[in-house]
Amino acid sequence: MATTISKPETLFGKRIRRQEDPRLITGTAVYLDDIKMPGMHHACIVRSPHAAAKIRAIDTAAAAGRPGVVAVFTAKDTGHLGAVPCAASLPGLRVPRHDLLARDRVYYVGHPVAVVVATDRYLARDAAEMVEVDYEPLPAVADPEKALAEGAPAVHPEWPGNVAFTFHQEGGNIEQAFSEAEVVVKQRITSQRLIPTALETRGVVADWRPGENSVTLFSSTQIPHLMRTLVAGILGMPENRLRVVTPEVGGGFGSKLNVYAEEALMAFISMRIQKPVKWVESRRENFTCTIHGRGHVDYFELAARRDGVMLGLKLKLIQDLGAYHQLLTPAIPTLSVLMMPGLYKFQNVSADIVGVFTNCVPTDAYRGAGRPEATHGIERMVDILAAELAMDPVEIRLKNFVGNDEFPYTTPTGLSYDSGNYAAPLRKALEQVDYPALRREQAQAREEGRLMGIGVSTYGEICAIGPSPSMPAGGWESATVKIEPTGKVTVLTGASPHGQGEETTFAQVVADELGVPMDDVLVVHGDTSVVQYGIGTFGSRGTAVGGAALFYALQDLKAKVKKFGAMLLDAPAVILSGGSCVDERTGKSVSFAEVAAAAYHAKRLPPATEPGLVSTHFWEPPNFTFPFGAHVVVSEVDRETGDIRIRRYVAVDDCGKIINPLLVDGQVHGGVAQGLGQALWEQAVYDENGQLITGELTDYALPKAHLMPWIESSHTETPSPVNPLGVKGVGEAGTIGCSPAVVNSVVDALSPLGVRHLDMPLTPEKIWKAIQGGQA
Amino acid sequence: MKRKISLRINGKPYTDEVEPRLLLIHYLREVAGLTGPHIGCETSICGACTVMLQGRAVKSCTMFAVQADGREIVTIEGLAANGALDPVQQAFWNEHGLQCGFCTPGMIMATKQLLQDNPSPTDLEIRHGLEGNLCRCTGYQHIVNAVKAAAGKAGA
Ligand code: FES
Ligand code: FES
Repeated sequence: MATTISKPETLFGKRIRRQEDPRLITGTAVYLDDIKMPGMHHACIVRSPHAAAKIRAIDTAAAAGRPGVVAVFTAKDTGHLGAVPCAASLPGLRVPRHDLLARDRVYYVGHPVAVVVATDRYLARDAAEMVEVDYEPLPAVADPEKALAEGAPAVHPEWPGNVAFTFHQEGGNIEQAFSEAEVVVKQRITSQRLIPTALETRGVVADWRPGENSVTLFSSTQIPHLMRTLVAGILGMPENRLRVVTPEVGGGFGSKLNVYAEEALMAFISMRIQKPVKWVESRRENFTCTIHGRGHVDYFELAARRDGVMLGLKLKLIQDLGAYHQLLTPAIPTLSVLMMPGLYKFQNVSADIVGVFTNCVPTDAYRGAGRPEATHGIERMVDILAAELAMDPVEIRLKNFVGNDEFPYTTPTGLSYDSGNYAAPLRKALEQVDYPALRREQAQAREEGRLMGIGVSTYGEICAIGPSPSMPAGGWESATVKIEPTGKVTVLTGASPHGQGEETTFAQVVADELGVPMDDVLVVHGDTSVVQYGIGTFGSRGTAVGGAALFYALQDLKAKVKKFGAMLLDAPAVILSGGSCVDERTGKSVSFAEVAAAAYHAKRLPPATEPGLVSTHFWEPPNFTFPFGAHVVVSEVDRETGDIRIRRYVAVDDCGKIINPLLVDGQVHGGVAQGLGQALWEQAVYDENGQLITGELTDYALPKAHLMPWIESSHTETPSPVNPLGVKGVGEAGTIGCSPAVVNSVVDALSPLGVRHLDMPLTPEKIWKAIQGGQA
Repeated sequence: MKRKISLRINGKPYTDEVEPRLLLIHYLREVAGLTGPHIGCETSICGACTVMLQGRAVKSCTMFAVQADGREIVTIEGLAANGALDPVQQAFWNEHGLQCGFCTPGMIMATKQLLQDNPSPTDLEIRHGLEGNLCRCTGYQHIVNAVKAAAGKAGA
């Protein structure tokens, strides 16, 4: 027994490099496509080249006769199975049946029609080319506004007009706000379709084990447990006979927060051929068949007084849904409505959503999921109002912020903002760039005919998604902590991190709470046979909900550890310190390992105490969290070419308490890159016939290293009262704060030419035209 | 018609019969069992499949396995000799130059090349040097830091 008491340094708040990296930097991590099994077959999916067509006939004979081919499946084989699920529900929502394979009609380019299974990847691809599908092409519509127009082709013949749902929400008294308004500004603002483009495409390996009457499904997913429940439902098999395992996941950004046809298809095929089968998406499939994000056309009207006080906001939101509902498709625009007031305290809003079917791949949650669109809208509208009133965009924001003494603050959309100090990050960012000096420089530049812009966005977002009543299938998270007999600690988290770094941040929390070295902690996730049910990683919830579950599981466990420690030391009570239980009266202590051994050997037990040291906690969050921040962009536009140069990018984000600043910075940088992608370069383009023009990485402009500005990232810290860690979540902040700051900056640069608004992406061509045409 | 190829990968000899159309990346991953290099596109855009061929970084999806006959290849698995990390690997770890890790093996190999050609690059030279490698997670900033840190090491 040791008698020294050392006060351990706390790891919360430290820049600590990641536990997960050694396997990733040495090429020894196992991603989906790295899985190899004896007898494994390969599947290749035959997909529709048409956006809309009837299927007259499918001839699979030639393909089936090719070398190495063991089976070809069509809807005839899979028609008895369930449909691809949509978990979102809205009143009056039209839900087209989403078969695993098309029956008699295809609805978008890439629609799966048949699956060829062969002994080798190349042979499967060869044979897939031999499947003959006789299509009768039909008129298609790829633009949501055109789909709403009179006489547009019906995506689903049973619903001419292409309206999947309408949704109305209002708060306060919008009519009164507009009748009292001294000024009303209106603008149509689009948030273009984006392709999430995780660098690892999707993939599935299914392994039917007849002896166990079970299927193991490896899937590159963000939601292993939900996938198990839903895929078991599609297959009509008992959920406990399906095991879902997520290997290393190469990025998700929402695109893997879904259940796609391929998961159920591969499980079905493995059962049929009695062999393991693998399907890995090509990049082209990833672009045409995995969900897209955004896809908004928004009509905003903002009412205000001449002194700049905002009174109310109206929104008509046209959501391009695509041909089907994926898991959450129709719910995403409702998140935009919730966030439409932003950080401002006007109490009157009215929103109408029209969800529109188009002959395109479905939209769904992509990093930010509804909130970037809302933020882009309100932050553009504030700038448009400022321009109208000839006010400084900073001044108008400060005038309208919810005050520091108003939290918890109830929004007209029914949310309760947890905590905030909205002026703080804005002031910090402005100080950093010396805002008055910049404005003086801009005045000078304008005299010289140079186009210099300063753009501000002050964003808020909903994170830690979310309380269960707001979710289709639970919004809690779970954690199990096991102290093993040797004193090592294993954490099983229901979250499913895929790059965020919770193997590290959770180990930090455990190390602080238990006083053990971080290296003694192993964080396990993503295997439904090992980990208790969980919800997964999305909506900036991994740490803010999953971390809170972990914290509470640790509290239960600490209490039990202390009971054993007290028993071993014959003390009435002990404290936990430096990885030991210490009797403060005598200074005597027992190590963690000694306590753990005693708990498992169980020679003696404290009163009313079970052997073992394991604790599980399912944590239901009482509210969302609401991070916020300010991004400031200084830009310069080349008059001759329309090129935009970002001179400075300053991001001050408040995501509550910060466990690991190194990882938070990484999240901000990556988020900003995706926001900049939307603002400047990225756009999924469908032509009139529903062909995806940007169908490969060659045509879709992802941010590259030399295009990115240096991001000056810093923080203010307003703890969240919602969870015991005080954290708010940071996965999406960068993306949400970014795009309006960039567009506001460029519009500011062009404002001397009479430009008032520009839609994304701000390509040089678009800017050049705006310069040539003056008013855009 | 399969063809016989012999090559050295990470210092070890390999001899296999392969189809002429087999891409080098598929050979490395499926035949040689080296799954460190990844496939992000198969169209020579993303750089996830980057390996060293005769000491130069190449995208291994842009060539056939038979073209590597008689050559010397180093993949990410060959960098950490005797368990000691390469300074570039070490720098990516220290500087948080990766999140999901999918681009990382290619990014590290591209960095090796970059620092071979230019041992003390400026920020801009680093960014241009990595133009051919996509990362969707990091926004590249910590990657730039990692390359700078590795350059400092190598130059010291
Ligand atoms: S897989 Fe080779 S460049 Fe993308
Ligand atoms: S770390 Fe995920 S793509 Fe680079």
